[in-house]
Order: sequence, then C-alpha cells, then structure tokens
Amino acid sequence: MSNLNLTLHVWRQNSPHEKGGFVRYEATDITTHMSFLEMLDVVNERLIESGELPISFDHDCREGICGACGMVINGAPHGPQKATTTCQLHMRQFKDGDEVWIEPWRAGAFPVVKDLVVDRSSFDRIIQSGGHIGARTGSAPDANEILIPKGQCDEAMDAAACIGCGACVAACPNASASLFTAAKVSHLGLMPQGQPERNDRVRNMVSQHDAEGFGSCTNHGECETACPKGISVNFIARMNRDLLKAAITAPNELTERTKP
Amino acid sequence: MELRSNEPTGPIETRWERHRFNMKLVNPANKRKFNVIVVGSGLAGGAAAATLGELGYNVQCFCYQDSPRRAHSIAAQGGINSAKNYQNDGDSVFRLFYDTIKGGDFRARESNVYRLAEVSVNIIDQCAAQGVPFAREYGGLLANRSFGGAQVSRTFYARGQTGQQLLLGAYQALARQIEAGTVEMHSRTEMLELIMIDGVAKGVVTRNLVTGEINPHLADCVVLATGGYGNVFYLSTNAKGCNVTAAWRAHRHGALFANPCYTQIHPTCIPVAGDYQSKLTLMSESLRNDGRVWVPKNVDDCTKDPSTIAESDRDYYLERRYPAFGNLVPRDIASRAAKAVCDEGRGVGPAVGDQRRGVYLDFADSIQRLGEDMIRERYGNLFEMYERITGENPYKVPMRIYPATHYTMGGLWVDYNLMTTVPGLFAGGEANFSDHGANRLGASALMQGLSDGYFVLPYTVGNYLAGVSPHQITEDHPEVRGAVEGVNERLNKLMSAPSPSRTVDSFHRELGQIIWDHCGMSRNADGLKGALARIPALREEFWQSVRVPGSGADLNQSLEKAGRVADLLELGELMCHDALNRDESAGCHFREEHRTDEGEAKRNDEEYSYAAAWEYTGDPSKPTLHKEQLTFENVTPSQRSYK
Repeated sequence: MSNLNLTLHVWRQNSPHEKGGFVRYEATDITTHMSFLEMLDVVNERLIESGELPISFDHDCREGICGACGMVINGAPHGPQKATTTCQLHMRQFKDGDEVWIEPWRAGAFPVVKDLVVDRSSFDRIIQSGGHIGARTGSAPDANEILIPKGQCDEAMDAAACIGCGACVAACPNASASLFTAAKVSHLGLMPQGQPERNDRVRNMVSQHDAEGFGSCTNHGECETACPKGISVNFIARMNRDLLKAAITAPNELTERTKP
Repeated sequence: MELRSNEPTGPIETRWERHRFNMKLVNPANKRKFNVIVVGSGLAGGAAAATLGELGYNVQCFCYQDSPRRAHSIAAQGGINSAKNYQNDGDSVFRLFYDTIKGGDFRARESNVYRLAEVSVNIIDQCAAQGVPFAREYGGLLANRSFGGAQVSRTFYARGQTGQQLLLGAYQALARQIEAGTVEMHSRTEMLELIMIDGVAKGVVTRNLVTGEINPHLADCVVLATGGYGNVFYLSTNAKGCNVTAAWRAHRHGALFANPCYTQIHPTCIPVAGDYQSKLTLMSESLRNDGRVWVPKNVDDCTKDPSTIAESDRDYYLERRYPAFGNLVPRDIASRAAKAVCDEGRGVGPAVGDQRRGVYLDFADSIQRLGEDMIRERYGNLFEMYERITGENPYKVPMRIYPATHYTMGGLWVDYNLMTTVPGLFAGGEANFSDHGANRLGASALMQGLSDGYFVLPYTVGNYLAGVSPHQITEDHPEVRGAVEGVNERLNKLMSAPSPSRTVDSFHRELGQIIWDHCGMSRNADGLKGALARIPALREEFWQSVRVPGSGADLNQSLEKAGRVADLLELGELMCHDALNRDESAGCHFREEHRTDEGEAKRNDEEYSYAAAWEYTGDPSKPTLHKEQLTFENVTPSQRSYK
C-alpha cells in the first residue's frame, strides 16, 4: 500500500458576507484506506499544529445516512464514486499526484456559512410547509388495519430513502431542489395515510420550494446521477402529475396553507 | 439522598394505567402558558417536542446538527421491537418485558421495563399512521424479522434503515408543529449549561454554533434527550458530534448519573485501519448467520494471505468454545472472545500501534454450499459497503471484523416519571439509564426512544407542570446571568490554555485508548485503578495545553469539540469509578475477577442488585455513590447460559 501526495484546492470563506476563494494545500502521506473526511481531518490537524485555521465542513454520522456531509469534489457532488456520500468515499479512488478541487454546495438557497459549510435550512422549511401527515400522537388505529401492497410500500421506501444532503441541488444547473421535494411528496403520496392531505401537500411544498429560490426542473437528470441514495427522477415526474391534479382540484380550506 | 423511584405498586400489568389516571392534568387553556425546553431532536427528543407542542405547550427544541433530521437515531439499521404478536408466535407484553429484563441481566427497574413493553404496541401504530414505510408482506400486512435475545419474531423494520425512517416520522411530526407555531426550533445550537433557580431546572444556556452567541433560554421544565456517551471511547459507531455535555452539565448541578460503566460493544464492526481512524462502521449482526469466525492458530500466520492458511491451521474459536451456539453467541460473548484471541497476538489485518485487532468472518463455506448468488441476495448491500470502506472483496477474501462501542445503557438516573434528581429536569432515550439494565437487546433502542418521547414524557411532563406556576423569571435574574457568565468563562478558558500545544483530537484519542483498554470489553481492578490515575492527569494536561484555534465568535468546530472532550474527560473517570465499584460481572460489564467456571459473566445479586447512581461532589475524582435497590417481583433472576 503506497501513500498518496495530493494537491488540494479548498474553498475558504470566513462568513456568508465575505468573499471566498480557493486555497492550495499539500496533503502529503495520505493512506488509501482513509475516507475523504479522514484525509481532511489529517490536513486539519496539521493546519492547527502550524497555527492556521482548520477547514470547516459539515459531517456527523460518517456512515452515509445522516446527510450532513457534502462537498463538490472535482466538480461532482460527493465526488467521483457513484451512490456514495462524501464520508463513505475513500482515498483509494484517487491517484498519487492528483489535484483535488473541493467546493461547498453552490446554490442561492444554500448560502455559505463558512468554508465548505452551507445553510440548508430551506430544506427544513419545505418539509414544514407540508412534508408530513397529520397523525396526532395517540390517535392511530391498529397498524395492520391499513393494508398496503408490498410493491407500493417498496416504492414509497425508495423515495423515503432521501437523506436530505442537498447533492441534487448542487448538481442541478438550475439549482433546483425538485428531487428532494419530489422524494417527500412521493413517499407520503404513495402511502394510504398520506391521501387526505395529498393535494395541499404538493401545492404547499412546491410553492415553498419556489419561494426559497430554488430553480425549476428542466429534466437534466444530473440530480439522479449525483444522488448518493440513487433516488430516481421518475419521482419528479410523479410530483408534477400530482401538482397538475392538485391544480385542477379545489383547495381544501381546512388544510390549505395560510402562511407563506 | 434517598432515591425514590416513584413507581406505582400493585399488579405490574396495570401500573402505568393507574399512574396515568393518578397524574394531574393541565387545563387546555393553561397549557400555552407553560414553556418546555427539549434538548435533542432524535427519536426521544423529536417525538417529545412534537407531542408536547401538539398538546399545546410552548416548546423550544435544540439540536447541534444543522437540521433536526440528522440526529444519530437515524443510523440505527436493524429494527424496532413491539409486542404486537402479529406473527401469532406466542409474543405478549409480558414476554417482551421478560426478555428485556433478562437481556439486561437483571439490572433494570421492572416497572419501567413493563411500561416500555406495554407502549411498544402503540409505537408501531403511531409510526404507521405517520407514513413510516415499514416492510410489508405481499398481502399488505406488516412484516417482522427475528432478532437476538428473543424466540419470537417481533421486530418491525424498514429495509436496513429503520432508524432513519422512524426519525423522519418524528421529524415530520416536529416540522408540522414548527409550522403550527407550537415548537420553536433552534438548529446548530448547543446546550452548554443548565439554569437552576432555587434548586429547580428553569432553562438552559446555549451557544449558537454559527454566530457564537451565548443565550439563556428560560422555561418551566427541561427535557434532555441528548443521546449516549459512547464517544468517550473516541472510536465508536456514534456520530462524530455525539457527546455527554448536556447530561454532564446537569450532573454537575445535582442530577445523579447512573450505571456509567454499562456500555455495549457490538461484535461485528469494520476494524480500525490506521491511527487516523475517525469512527467505526457497524455491519449487521445477521452476517454471523452465514459467516464463520476464525483466526490463525499460529501467531506467525497472522500476516499471511488467509487463502494460504491450511484448514488445520485455523482456529474457529467460537465453534470450538461454544459448540451449541457457535458463531451465533450473544454480542458480549462474541466480542470478548475476539478480544481474547487478539490479546494472544492472533489478530489479523493491519497492525495499528503494536497490535493487529481483527478476526476473519469467512463466507467461503457458505458460498460453496449456497452459491455466490444466494449470499449476494442475503448480504449484497453489506458486502458492497464493506468493499467501499476496505477495498477488499468479501466474496473472495474473508471479511475482517472487530468489536466496537455502540450504545451506552448508563445515563442520568430517572424515576418512573423520567425525572432526574433535579426537579423539573427530565431525561429520555439513551440519555437516561432507565430500561436496559446492564445490556440492551437488539431493536430495543428505537423502541425506548419513541416510548419516552411519544408516550411517557408528554404525560409526566404535564403532571409536573400541573403542580407549578408558569415562571416569572427574566434574563437579568442573578442565577441566569451567572450561568451565562460561567459559560463565557469556560469558553475563554478553553481558548486560552497557558501552553497551547496539543489538538483537541489528540486528547480525545488518548482518553479513548485508556477507556477502551481498561473500561472496555473486559475490566479488572488493576486496570481500572491505573485508568483512574491516568485520567485526572490527562484532564489536567488538557486544560494546560489544549490548542483551540480561531475565535468564539463564529463557526469554530475545534471549540465545539474542546468543550465536549472536557466533559468526556470527567465522565470517563466516573465510568472507571463505577466499573471498579461494581465488583461483579453483569451483562456488558465483565469483570475478569468474576466469571463462572466456564469463563462467563458471574453476577453477585446479594451485593450488587442495585442501580449505582453517582453524585457530583465538586471534585470529579470523588463522586458519591447512592444506591437504588432493585426488586424483582415478576421475574426471577437466573444465570444466562449459551453453551
């Protein structure tokens, strides 16, 4: 096992309002068994020891499920390996002498907080606008009273697998969050429990998506390629059908969102 | 101090029902006058915040992550237990209660565990109603799988992402309440201090992790649902941010910390590959169904290509030592056996430090017997994950595995109402010590988090609030100002060590190594005494020479880590005190001095049938022990055997 020497170009930005830029670092003696984030840990430890500020980046579970980590690596969200989050990407995907460009997610609706950390609270607001089912605690019927065909439930699970990382937005030329929004619209829309609020849900969520400043979907399909969970663009088509149906259905005054 | 569990007496089957009836209620019109703080947004915190908001209280919820959806509950893979008996295989609330008490090696409180089993039934209903896509059978009914420690099939699951789906259910319920205005969410905000007024919890001091602002938040009660302390080991399956700070701050204000030495080790994780390692990844235990665990018989073979080691030179040590259960012995036994062979120098894989810590999990026999396609169908995604992380193809080369810390049964001592020894301070989920005794069964962590969050805290918090008046405290109250000043002073101290020379991570790694070596899978008095001498010295060195760059006035991840490690350095010592005090083996706490003739854990019910609840005395090296005696009226303690 030979170690790697890499040249990193890392986006450094002190705060949302300050100008950022690429800074070059030599990442020497990196073992191929390290994860990409462990490589950055090593670089950071060396920066701290030499009195410099370490690179800020979001991360938490480091097992590909929490959705906290994410950076654009050589132009690809989460880097070169398909269906892999940044934390699961390992350095054996790189060669000795490689130059690696590392940037934060870039989108107007994801303002940079610091370095590679962006503010994805717009995603939370999209879910708040309707990405839920009004099932008050304690009011549920027996779980087996509602039968759900296996195939339908499996499809809902395919959509529900979204980890909310934002790679779809970073990959999209329009910075659209359609894949993220469609995944939640479809997960709940495929379940019988999600039917009563289905029309209002899709209207409210799409309207919040637009209000956050995300772009529209123009069928590039880059989002599906970048998605670490392989969520299909078919869900966007599904969301658009739902939206069309909802548009020709009278709004339900009881659940229609009144706040912007 | 007398520890009062406040549990009801009488028939265990009706205790919770009677207790609920006896609890006081808050008039609907008065609920909005009460403020409740919930720290943590995982299964327990997210569910509690959403439900309390739904009931009409003013809730403020805090999490250090950038979104409540990222709490570490999300990483649970296997499933959630529930005594639904949908399989008609003889399950019942009593059986789940019995299995949990026995699995915990008779070190948990019967009343709490029975309630857990009882509400497990409601949890599945609630989650299904929220749209959680649990696995289904072709007929549309919910599917179940089996899990360790039970002879019935009672585990509900959503592929290998059950924790994710349950958390998203709670997160969506929370989002609905945020939208409705009953819950105010504070993401990227970390609780750094508890505010106490006249001996009662009345709020928290937080740091906004983006702006560095220190703010007090006042309330009528505080719920901590801040997870476990497994990161005291540095390397664990926990998320990097998991920490003990919220619980530890509460402990320093008088909340007793119970059974800190009960920490669970998971036997099938991907081994440490180098000293840069930042976390360990768990692989489903189901792999042991078809994989055979072995190491070379001869130390000299450990560096060889495993395919060149003759069958006669391999030691299938689990099959040899436990012929009846073989590779399927329980977690703690499999873990200790792996450690034993590696301690003998027979571990495999890369040497980290001076030791090879790994054993083979070999699928060659199964592949020959069942074909590669069948193995791929059963474990394809796990094999892919293994290959992504290690670069080795487990269809061709045996996997290497090693145990890793992944859950902590100990936590803040709570009574039947989940209230700590600090009035007005509650603890739910992994943050409390309540339900798992000395060992947690698989698929029970999710159950406990949601039980506490959806079905217990909303009642018991209401009962507490019904007995107090809405607070009139303002931010210029001397105790509030004092708490804020204390936080500022501590942060300044962390950033201005007298001779800053070592990074936070270097201290964390060193602490983790001490705890792993002496208070990990097996413990003995000498090792624990050694650790108790080293940890205070390390803590002293930390405050002298920790190097935290940057400022406190913006996002500073080194500063965040420094505060957490400072608290882990105190908690780690308490763990060792507890492990030394508990002069018996119980569940995951294996004292080498106390084993049966067959080498297994040997309890001492005469002297240690109690929960050890530790009081902070002002000196982390001199905690005071309080005991809650455990009584078993419904299950008779017995010895576990898996031979």
